[in-house]
Amino acid sequence: MGADYEVTIGLEVHAQLDTNTKIFCSCSTEFGAEPNVHTCPVCLGLPGVLPVLNKKAVEYAIKTGLALNCDIASFSKFDRKNYFYPDLPKAYQISQFDLPLCTDGHINVKTEDEEVRVRINRIHMEEDAGKLVHDGTTDEGSLVDYNRVGTPLIEIVTEPDIHSPAQAVAYLKELKSILEYLEVSDCNMAEGSLRCDANASIKPKGQEELGTKTELKNMNSFKAIEKALKYEIKRQAKVLNAGKEVIQETRMWDDDLGKTFSMRGKEEAHDYRYFPEPDLVPMEVDESWLEKIEEDIPELPTDRKARFINEFGLPEYDAEVLTDSKDIADFFEATVNKHDDPKSVSNWVMGDLMRLLNEENLEINEADITADGLAEMLALMDDGTISSKIAKTVFEEMFKTGKDPDTIVEEKGLKQISDEDELGNVIDGVIENNPDAVADYKGGKDQAIGYLVGQVMKETRGKADPQLTNQMLREKLS
Amino acid sequence: MELYELTAHELHEKLTAGEVSAEEVINSIYQRIEETEEDVKAYVTLTKEEALNKAKKVDERLADGEDINPLAGIPVAIKDNMCTEGIKTTCSSNILHNFKPPYNATVVQKLNDEDAVMIGKTNLDEFAMGSSTENSGFFTTKNPWDLERVPGGSSGGSAAAVAANEAIISLGSDTGGSIRQPAALCGVVGMKPTYGFVSRYGLVAFASSLDQIGPFSKDVEDCALALNYICGHDPHDSTSVEREVPDFTESLVDDVSEMKVGIPKEYFGEGIDAEVKEAVEAAIAKLEELGATCEEVSLPHTEYALPTYYLIAPAEASSNLARYDGVRYGYRAEGANSLIDMFKKTRSEGFGDEVKRRIMLGTYALSSGYYDAYYLKAQKVRTLIKDDFEKVFEEYDVLISPTSPTTAFKIGEKSDDPLQMYMSDLCTIPANLAGIPGISIPCGFDNDGLPIGLQLLGNHFDEEKLIQVAYTFEQNTDFHKESAEL
Repeated sequence: MGADYEVTIGLEVHAQLDTNTKIFCSCSTEFGAEPNVHTCPVCLGLPGVLPVLNKKAVEYAIKTGLALNCDIASFSKFDRKNYFYPDLPKAYQISQFDLPLCTDGHINVKTEDEEVRVRINRIHMEEDAGKLVHDGTTDEGSLVDYNRVGTPLIEIVTEPDIHSPAQAVAYLKELKSILEYLEVSDCNMAEGSLRCDANASIKPKGQEELGTKTELKNMNSFKAIEKALKYEIKRQAKVLNAGKEVIQETRMWDDDLGKTFSMRGKEEAHDYRYFPEPDLVPMEVDESWLEKIEEDIPELPTDRKARFINEFGLPEYDAEVLTDSKDIADFFEATVNKHDDPKSVSNWVMGDLMRLLNEENLEINEADITADGLAEMLALMDDGTISSKIAKTVFEEMFKTGKDPDTIVEEKGLKQISDEDELGNVIDGVIENNPDAVADYKGGKDQAIGYLVGQVMKETRGKADPQLTNQMLREKLS
Repeated sequence: MELYELTAHELHEKLTAGEVSAEEVINSIYQRIEETEEDVKAYVTLTKEEALNKAKKVDERLADGEDINPLAGIPVAIKDNMCTEGIKTTCSSNILHNFKPPYNATVVQKLNDEDAVMIGKTNLDEFAMGSSTENSGFFTTKNPWDLERVPGGSSGGSAAAVAANEAIISLGSDTGGSIRQPAALCGVVGMKPTYGFVSRYGLVAFASSLDQIGPFSKDVEDCALALNYICGHDPHDSTSVEREVPDFTESLVDDVSEMKVGIPKEYFGEGIDAEVKEAVEAAIAKLEELGATCEEVSLPHTEYALPTYYLIAPAEASSNLARYDGVRYGYRAEGANSLIDMFKKTRSEGFGDEVKRRIMLGTYALSSGYYDAYYLKAQKVRTLIKDDFEKVFEEYDVLISPTSPTTAFKIGEKSDDPLQMYMSDLCTIPANLAGIPGISIPCGFDNDGLPIGLQLLGNHFDEEKLIQVAYTFEQNTDFHKESAEL
């Protein structure tokens, strides 16, 4: 697209609330169970049943609202959103229409080159639908799994304050991080506990009036969102450049093809016939409840990042990376509590730990390694028991087996050789077997010493104290 | 006198005195059903086997010398829109013709816990939409007083069952008069309690903000007894009120001397049959004679009640009945060639005309562009109607009026004219819109010998006053002692 267009994006994020039970019944919200195991007459919408609101879900929604600087409505209500679909057993979704629980919030979002404030229009509560399964196991049609029906959701809607795909992703990352810090949602996009729809439009630079928007659906990762937005912006620019008009419609992102496709036009848009849910009484939130919830809000990522910089003297980059995930930040702090060398801990966490987590596709709380273990390992390095090179081996072993570093060093015989007699023998052998390198060194090629140190390391399988080796080699060859 | 002719409190005395067994009571009821049900057609489903098992358990308790509850061993009929575990609950609709709920409605469970014995499930206008049971998807129930006439509706089966001595007590549901109107037409006592006093959990919803369960009985004492056991907070129903349930039998006091009775003039206007009017006026005179102060009052927004109701109730119904789509349970149409086609066919074939009419009315009233003009406006008028009652109840204890503008009409007489049919609920609908309690009791007979009912309305949670006035009237009249000859 040319540089002549300005992009406007608004996002609608659905986050599943991490309550133990569903929003209107006491069925479990556990993911991945056998189909239709977590169901009861209420969430199946059988004739005669009535919903009873899960207070914990309201608390989580309020917590989110407070963290996103929203006003919390002292009086709000639920409404029915009516539409027919087999995954919706009552043929209406209990949602909130004109009196949402939270309104008028904002968060600040940083991309590489700028910081923008994204205003939150509203956060409302609703129930999730079930899932259609088209797995080909029956030729009679599709199957429905109602386990997910009634899982509490919050829908977080921004104002159209986002102006690039990069900003959109930065907003989502910040939002995800906040939700994780609040422990209100596990934000697992692959399992669908965090889902995002986007509204995007473009307009000629300087024009006040917004362009016609399209709504994008079916993006299942941050990467997909970024790609879909980029694609859609280009597509709209092409349409405008060809002198045509963008059509207001809902478009589906196809990740495999890397394209968006028209799903339904404005004329086919549903009339949801919202009206107040008569089976629930209005939701009233009093001051004392609000205060109690506010007290429970933990330090949020932005504050924690600032504290990491001030308290631990970390570079901004480190603080940013470490506080991105609450679990990583917790791990870092727990390690520093035991081993007071923040920069060294930060290097290990951001380096080896994150690399291994990525490789194994694990979250920190799923890995066996502990903060205590890392602290002990760093202590072993500091007191010279292991070299930094060996430490990498020990760390990988800790990561894989969950064993403590002492045990690993013991079992694998990884203790650093700092004994001059023991090391002297090895060094003598290396001098004897490498006459060329010895000659090079003696002839003035200082780099040859590196080769000889390497040979000692090889002989000792890395256990030799590198500094001592270097020093002893030089003495013996002088 | 046969056992089936007695009241619950009379049977309870006999049971505890060891004069009869619960099994004998139940057998007596089924014997009666065998004799008269072919004519009356009150029941959709009978549950004899379960009933006899239950009766045996009550008899074992009695044999063990245990105290039994006042409703233990008492034959009770349940309107077929209340869920009964493992027993078909059809709402008299083809779309639920085979539906067996996996759970009991709270009221059903409560009665079961009290050892009341369910005799069967009674017929109704499909999904409780109607005033005659002619809208039942299965058959029309007959009025025991005249088999060519309707029993009223929608709880016509429950009213007819009690009037025909095919049950001692029954439960109905009242969304716009569906307990009180058939009670009047069948000459029995029928009460709609305050909205929120009886749990709606397990009552298949018609119009959620109006539906309320209540009892039919042969006298006011049985009504009070039944209320004792069906009222009360239910954690499964968010709209049920947390409030202590009084012992309603303590209100069985023969005294109205302290009572101020309002006579809402709007309930005696056009459309009220002269004989009905006369009977109710005679009842007012009787109450005055017994010491009550009776004065004319005005509920100025009454004329808007009917149109208000016919926007709110269908709107809620259109949403409540959307779940019957053939996907999970109930009727599913054959031969559909797509999902949408299956939805359409199932609903077109499964629902009757009146249900479809109301679904369409309601869908229209909620549609974008019409919502403000219809649904929202109706809700505002509803508030005005509530305010009318609130004002009047500042000064008056109860209000008195006819229950139904006419006595039982002939089967087929109004079934082609929905508007005429809707007029049957003229006097009963305002109470549902306001959420207040109302009771209908027998107060006379017309020239054809058909029963006439009077309605008493009270302020929210003033059921005790209604019972006291109704009981006093009953104790000083003989209308309730008459019964239909079959």
